[in-house]
Amino acid sequence: MSNQSYDPRVNRLKLGNADDPIKVEEGENWNVYEVFHQEKRGAHHEHVGCVHAPDPQLALVFAKEQFGRRKKCVNLWVVRSADILAFDLEDEDMFANNLEKTYRDASGFKVMDKINKFKGEAVKPPKA
Amino acid sequence: MNAALQKAITTLITSMADDALILGHRNSEWTGLGPIMEEDIAFSSMAQDKIGHAWALYRILQEHLGGEDPDQFAFIRAAKDFTCCHLAELPISSYDFSLMRHFLFDHAEAVRYESLQQCSFEPLQQLSKKVKGELKYHTLHADAWVLQLCRGGEESQQRMQAALDRCFPLAAGIFEPGPQDALLADAGIYPGEQTLYDKWLNTIYPLLVNASLNLPDPAAIPPQYGGRYGNHTPHLQALLQEMGEVFRLDPTAGW
Repeated sequence: MSNQSYDPRVNRLKLGNADDPIKVEEGENWNVYEVFHQEKRGAHHEHVGCVHAPDPQLALVFAKEQFGRRKKCVNLWVVRSADILAFDLEDEDMFANNLEKTYRDASGFKVMDKINKFKGEAVKPPKA
Repeated sequence: MNAALQKAITTLITSMADDALILGHRNSEWTGLGPIMEEDIAFSSMAQDKIGHAWALYRILQEHLGGEDPDQFAFIRAAKDFTCCHLAELPISSYDFSLMRHFLFDHAEAVRYESLQQCSFEPLQQLSKKVKGELKYHTLHADAWVLQLCRGGEESQQRMQAALDRCFPLAAGIFEPGPQDALLADAGIYPGEQTLYDKWLNTIYPLLVNASLNLPDPAAIPPQYGGRYGNHTPHLQALLQEMGEVFRLDPTAGW
């Protein structure tokens, strides 16, 4: 049985039993691709959103106009959303910081005095 | 620059600009109707690029060749004074037609602007560098779609072949030779329509083969000429009517 589609031009994936895993076959329906945007060469690619596309190449073609048009952009990545592995939302507690472990925060190290001293020396003109 | 060469360059630039303006307007008719949102945005954006190319070319006419104000020139001229090719004028029809037109036209533009990178007329040479990146994207977009749809099953493949068969003689009409070609070639402006046509065929042929499309025999099919001499299909008049409708309400209004 075919899903009632929100868009009459698109054939939707046929769903089987509720228990069956939903699998998008290549070419049967379009995939979602996550888009990563690079603002300048050497910078990190940052996640900016997603596009629907039938293949990675067209995903890039679409991403260029969706996400590379307004902000400065030198490069884009696309990754099929299905290829991303993420932690389960239930496991969020793994990230909770134990309050007694603040010694593990980088801010615990008192090094700014040393850094500032070093910087001060760097800008001093060489002694005659 | 002598008067004959100035006139020849004006003829060349006017044809290029009219093609870009008319096809840009046509392609913008897909805005809001594109097959999916992402493609709607991409196609609309490229239509805007084309209007931008037209504007840049009309500006060159105005600033360097004694031409009119670009808005006046674009919106007030009579259809017989336009020199766009027939390919650009035709209604958008279905997406297979519009996409094939976009593929054939933008590869032709890419070949033309590439040749202008050696142009002895500096404003054109500089423009060719400016539009290079845009055209690279346009042809990438066209190539990806043509390949995708030609591999999208039997019906899809047949429709793309039918679109190619219909568009090919029209697209060959982009390269309608004119009496100014030899003069322009001698002056180092560009190599002339015949040379560009051959380069264009060499560019599109392997792409079409890759998409399992049959290029109609160029020798057997007469190109659809006439546009460069002001002979147009009835579709141009209707388009100009609509395009200039608001502008003509008050041609001196500031925007």
